[in-house]
Amino acid sequence: MENMNLLSKKFESALLEINRIKAAEIFNKCFQEKNSFEILENVAIKTLERIGEGWEKGDISLSQVYMSSIICEELIERYMPKLGVKLKDTPKIAIGVLMDQHSLGKRIVYSIIRTGGFEVLDLGQGLSVDDLARKTIDNHVEVLLISTLMLSSAIKVKEVKEKLIAQGATTKIIAGGAPFRLDSNLWKRVGADADGKNASTIIKTIEVLLKGENN
Amino acid sequence: MNSFQRTIAAINHKEADRVPLFLLLSMYGAKELQIPIKEYFSKSENVVNAQLKMKDKYKNDCIYTFSYAPVEIEAFGGEVVFVEDGPPNSGEPFIKTIEQISKLGVPKIGESEGLKRVLNSTEMLKREVGNETPIIGVVMSPFSLAVMQMGFEKYLEILYFRKDYFEKLMKINEEFCVLWANAELEAGATGICMFDPLASPNIIEREKYLSTGYNIAKRTISRIKGLTATHLASGISLPVIEDVINTGTSIIGFSTADNLEEIKKASQNKICLLGNLNAVEMLNWNSKKIQEEVKNIINKAGKGGGLILSDNHGEIPWQVPEEVLLEISESVRAYGKYPLKRF
Repeated sequence: MENMNLLSKKFESALLEINRIKAAEIFNKCFQEKNSFEILENVAIKTLERIGEGWEKGDISLSQVYMSSIICEELIERYMPKLGVKLKDTPKIAIGVLMDQHSLGKRIVYSIIRTGGFEVLDLGQGLSVDDLARKTIDNHVEVLLISTLMLSSAIKVKEVKEKLIAQGATTKIIAGGAPFRLDSNLWKRVGADADGKNASTIIKTIEVLLKGENN
Repeated sequence: MNSFQRTIAAINHKEADRVPLFLLLSMYGAKELQIPIKEYFSKSENVVNAQLKMKDKYKNDCIYTFSYAPVEIEAFGGEVVFVEDGPPNSGEPFIKTIEQISKLGVPKIGESEGLKRVLNSTEMLKREVGNETPIIGVVMSPFSLAVMQMGFEKYLEILYFRKDYFEKLMKINEEFCVLWANAELEAGATGICMFDPLASPNIIEREKYLSTGYNIAKRTISRIKGLTATHLASGISLPVIEDVINTGTSIIGFSTADNLEEIKKASQNKICLLGNLNAVEMLNWNSKKIQEEVKNIINKAGKGGGLILSDNHGEIPWQVPEEVLLEISESVRAYGKYPLKRF
């Protein structure tokens, strides 16, 4: 029997090689080792966190982060019905891309949240401020993740926040995307409740936010 | 010494009278003329008028004929979305299924209104500035254009798993890129800035880039009949700088995340640096911060030429106040004079 640390490292290598078959084999070994869904979830999330850290340092590419998150989501979803596990639907989390059709960042975060065991509503991309605010209200969203690519859209997070407040919503906003990576204080200036620039730690960000601590 | 001579000296790793300044002003011209961005780009004359005004106002060392990235997507029949305070963006990807790539052809430059407007602006600007100011034309690299054509997710699918379709699309994009770049050069552009964000290991790992985008860039650049710059549009450049040099390009647009001393060392006498002011942060810069930022780049990367001061992304955002640009310009003239003094 291989130990979990070694399996976890092998799993990470398989993900970075974008080798779905190898990743699935190692994931299955992890399951056989401990026979627990929590362990699988933990291996997947911790591995994605390490991959995310590698991206932060410039050692890993965005395409590897994306592929890894998709593979992890697929694997987790494969085991859920077998084990009678369901995604947690509280808090009500949603994600959308503001004024842009580029949805890679959204897709990565979506997969990571689901890998972490939470349900997340995909509000789509190319959304106007009004569209995003309306969908947030209509769906009673508690945590809204807004993905942006351009500075002009990032700045409009503020308008989304204002529209939500005007309608009495207490939705917490996590803002992410390239402009927030280039300016580490931008999230505060646009009135977001947390900085979502690091996709791999998004679960922690949500948990901290809901506990009432800002990052 | 005029802007053209100053720029050529920098590219040749020689110290001119001062470090050249390239403020890459595209939609910012609409702000200069106080008209909506969509209206601004609808007439070549607007671009000509604004570029000449901004060249004088900011003592800019280049003319930038770039309109917006999806002008090439328009040529393929795709959609462009205009906003009032930002760069026009590509709409929904026009390649909806991978199989559609088989039916795709190379657009004709003369049949696209958007491309024709850029060529008209270039011709008119060339008549105005002659050989005194370099005119920078822009193309998207064949490797990076595909993100706008089909969306990132689908593109990664063909890049990693469908080599046949990837190669088909790259063949089309390569042909289009060469035609478009050479048309701009023929219209009067001094050089071509090829945007290739996917060359950065931030986006695609180096190993994959070397077996794909690198070869494509090398082939494409060899067929462009003029000087080229490769811009990684905010992506880190240092880990691939040797590779980018080997593609045959003369200038590299680098990131704020790149270490200045190390990239200077790696580029010395091999490739000219273009950068790396943080185009997002500069919105909120005060006078002191502007001077610090400009001095820092010049002190660390200016010696011996080989530096053109610019932003890290290849486009000044709409939201940057004019005063910031004026102060950047003044700081370059104050601290960028050769021989450099340590400030």
